[in-house]
Amino acid sequence: MSSDTGILNRLRTGIWEDNPGLVQLLGLCPLLAVTTTFVNGVGLGIATLLVLTCSNVLVSATRRLIRAEIRIPMYVLIISSLVTCIEMIFLAWFPSLGRSLGIFIPLIVTNCAIVARAEVFASRNSVSASFIDGIAMGAGFAVLLGTIGAFRELIGKGSIMSRLDMLFGGEPMSGLVLVDGGFLLAILPPGAFISLGLFVAAKNALDRRKQQTNRPISSNTLR
Amino acid sequence: MQTEATPSTWTSGLILAGLAAVCTALVAVTHSRTAPRIAANEQAYLEQSLKPVLQGIEYDGNLSESTITILPPHELPGDEDVPVYRVYADGAPVAALFVVRAMDGFSGPIRLLVGIDAGGSISGVRVLEHRETPGLGDLIDADKSDWIRQFNGKSLASPPVAAWTIKRDGGEFDQLTGASITPRSVIKAIRETLVYYDKNREDVFAVEAEAKAQ
Repeated sequence: MSSDTGILNRLRTGIWEDNPGLVQLLGLCPLLAVTTTFVNGVGLGIATLLVLTCSNVLVSATRRLIRAEIRIPMYVLIISSLVTCIEMIFLAWFPSLGRSLGIFIPLIVTNCAIVARAEVFASRNSVSASFIDGIAMGAGFAVLLGTIGAFRELIGKGSIMSRLDMLFGGEPMSGLVLVDGGFLLAILPPGAFISLGLFVAAKNALDRRKQQTNRPISSNTLR
Repeated sequence: MQTEATPSTWTSGLILAGLAAVCTALVAVTHSRTAPRIAANEQAYLEQSLKPVLQGIEYDGNLSESTITILPPHELPGDEDVPVYRVYADGAPVAALFVVRAMDGFSGPIRLLVGIDAGGSISGVRVLEHRETPGLGDLIDADKSDWIRQFNGKSLASPPVAAWTIKRDGGEFDQLTGASITPRSVIKAIRETLVYYDKNREDVFAVEAEAKAQ
């Protein structure tokens, strides 16, 4: 059914063309709140990816049982139990990351990207397709969170990838410190909006350029 | 419209109940697998965060075992419950750690952990939580500057109570450039905690610990 190109296509859709954060602008609350550093962004991205993939698989596996009138309570049940489990797993194995993300792990429940994928995709497609969709969309979200996190950390604190130990264990690491201190605005809430705006603009500009180069020559040479 | 329960309503209900049971089981299993690790992590984190305010003090045992809570109204800073970690060595009290709230910070209350040794000197102070201006007031954070460390070893006797304020107000302690409200509030909270400890030292150590009472 889904060949290799199908998988690649789905990944491309999730990460670039239909990125849940960049294009669909879903899940903005965690996106804006936790992306003050690369590690925080990636951490929440991975947590969201895990929840999204598991919920897609579970929703898809039970899709024949799902009746229209009880589907929303079923999604809520599945997603909230998964998030509870993920939170406990984070607190057990990545305690400092869990502490640093704080309330935003339980708040994954409210990330509309997850319900949206359950409703739009998983409830209508096979388990394997839903699994890949979860990975693709989750990866899209995680990559975006990591990128914005790295960007804001670089501008706001002058460092890259500080505290990677929160993900991999070991002694606290200060990462690559380029400048001591930075442009504070970037790690304050307005910086989050500005960064996201810049990223959305950059993506649109890239897409437009691509479109223009693909345009037939005749229309360009008309005048 | 029929309001009577149809067979399909029952099936829907049963499916939901079944799914709820499965999800509960999933959460329960994860909980039982992770609970010991989470408890150990929390313990380690607590020890880790209490250590900086126990500079140069030898103690034994588990720091969280001998905790009491002082309920309002009390003369400590803030108007909330104040947890007190009591630290012992060989059964004798060597220090008490207070979690207090300085209420008059620049932007909201500042939570402080104030460690006082048996002799009434500060064994360390750390800011646990604050919302002071980044770059100015947030220098009270031990990660950001050494400001909070200047209290180590100070007591009500040195400097005298009247000098427990910033230099601008005729006191003994450094202010922070561009921020005087924040340090003033922190110093006041530390002084009030010292005064309370001075008056109530016996009581603080006399009360039976909650953990033991339970």
